[in-house]
Amino acid sequence: MTYAIEAENLEKTFGGTVRALDGVSFAVEEGTVFGLLGPNGAGKTTAVRILTTIVSPDGGSGRVLGHDVVSEAGRVRSLIGLAGQYAAVDENLTGRENIFMVGRLNHLARDVCARRATELLERFGLSDAGDRTLKTYSGGMRRRLDLAAAPVARPTVLFLDEPTTGLDLRSRNDLWQMIESLVDGGTTVLLTTQYLEEADRLAQRIAVVDHGRVIAEGAPAQLKADLGATFLDVGLPDAATAASAAEILATVGTKPPTVDGTSIELPVDDGPSAAMEALRILDAHALSPTTFVLREPSLDDVFLALTGKRTETGAEDPDAPPADAGRGRSRPRAGAGSPTGGA
Amino acid sequence: MTATTETTAVAAAPAGTAPLRPEGGSRIGWAIADTFTVVRRNLIVYTRIPEFLFFSTVQPIMFVLLFRYVFGGAIRPPSGGPYVDYLMAGIFVQSVAFGSISTAVGLAEDLQKGLLERFRALPMARSAVLTGRTTADLCRNIFVVGVITGIGYAVGFRIGAGVPAFLAGVVVILLFAYAMSWGFAVIGLSAPNSETAQVMAFPILFPLVFASPAFVGVNTLPGWLRDFATHQPIGVVITATRTLMEGGPTATAVFQALLWCAGLLIVFVPLAVWQYRRRA
Repeated sequence: MTYAIEAENLEKTFGGTVRALDGVSFAVEEGTVFGLLGPNGAGKTTAVRILTTIVSPDGGSGRVLGHDVVSEAGRVRSLIGLAGQYAAVDENLTGRENIFMVGRLNHLARDVCARRATELLERFGLSDAGDRTLKTYSGGMRRRLDLAAAPVARPTVLFLDEPTTGLDLRSRNDLWQMIESLVDGGTTVLLTTQYLEEADRLAQRIAVVDHGRVIAEGAPAQLKADLGATFLDVGLPDAATAASAAEILATVGTKPPTVDGTSIELPVDDGPSAAMEALRILDAHALSPTTFVLREPSLDDVFLALTGKRTETGAEDPDAPPADAGRGRSRPRAGAGSPTGGA
Repeated sequence: MTATTETTAVAAAPAGTAPLRPEGGSRIGWAIADTFTVVRRNLIVYTRIPEFLFFSTVQPIMFVLLFRYVFGGAIRPPSGGPYVDYLMAGIFVQSVAFGSISTAVGLAEDLQKGLLERFRALPMARSAVLTGRTTADLCRNIFVVGVITGIGYAVGFRIGAGVPAFLAGVVVILLFAYAMSWGFAVIGLSAPNSETAQVMAFPILFPLVFASPAFVGVNTLPGWLRDFATHQPIGVVITATRTLMEGGPTATAVFQALLWCAGLLIVFVPLAVWQYRRRA
């Protein structure tokens, strides 16, 4: 078996105290999409930064197509493409200029860069916006451009770090289609995400990361099966009714239902048929639900199932690149101020 | 991405998905090409923010007018000639010195925005980010020196020692500006953000620019300050530029100025490179 990406016991500590990676290991087969799934601060971005040669690990090793990311960093850089969650594109340049620049810095000939820019702008639905500066782009367009610039040199291995975080549902769907088309070409992709749905849709294999460690790994179907693929949430008028309804609905679920006040959460196998069965049972007992929702498990459910606790949000984030990259953007200033000020 | 458009570019690639082969070329050749790419990017950015170019010349122009018409009447230049001829060397050097702050601000901002991090994952020459930035700032300084020369002429400045000597003075100014850019690159890469880079740079420059022979003869200064003003880099470069533009014995002054430029480069280039490796 050949692996395009190998991470072996990667360790990284920031500032002496923040343990971003605590021995992360995984391997990505050539030509597949591998999803690193985890909440903010789990260490996903740190793993990507190490594997793309941006930072060195404190311990362990990483290899891309057999090349060590530390001792053969130069070689690795010529094989990879990276699109980051902090869309690191120059907002004073046009979309075309951005792709052209990344192409040139990948040492492609000018005419190849120019042609690739046109091609990629078209493929990512940015043809009309290609000659406008990025300041005029929406958040979704910036992400698309970031994504368009990554494969400019047709890298063998692509790293996509939370490509859709913070996007609305529609932009996310667009982006998913574009990522899928990238993968069709046989490129190996390492994708990090906070969304189980995204990993499920795009990745053939998922590693769930928490506190700098891989806590579960497997095919999405396998992971979901372990968790109870789908949840049926039923709300009832009062707590007493809910308690009795939970008892009679237990036969529908793969695991016993949990009751929280007036609502019941029931893990089920085959969503639609379980839903019909549940409705029949409720109807037979003359019970009318106030709400009735079929829902895919969220990352939160995965974590609850794997660790017994909810994901922590708002905790310190060792994933954040230095100096608040990509966020606190300042307005352009006059005078001796910045030539590259953004909006 | 269709195979038909790509087969021309990649003769060896049977499908449209094979990695694009980099152009051939030596390591040094690519370092130069990468520098050029970064210079081009920085210069495009300058043209996208015309306010920046405009205001980077407004301050020097105001200083020309201030000293030519407000303070100038009260200052007797030691050379005895017209004050405006004495003044311009100081204005040139002051302008490029303050202008070098933008090297710090630009780098701090690229760092802050994560652009340098993205560059780090590309197979480009490491050095190109810094050489590209400082070279782009050199281009901007050429523009600024041109504008100031024009303004100087408009208010009565005349070249006293001939065009070749004047151009030699410009070369000294630009070399000094380039060396200063490297110094401020270190500050830009040390600052937590671009705003801080700017406020860090100012107090370093202020005493060097004003405790110098930029606007007044050092003979009017108290002894201890006179020594500092005469021998600190901006003072030395102003004296060299002034003797080249106004006339006078140039050899020692120019030699000392070149020595300072070389010294600054020898110290700050490795420091900036080290800081870049550490931060980006």
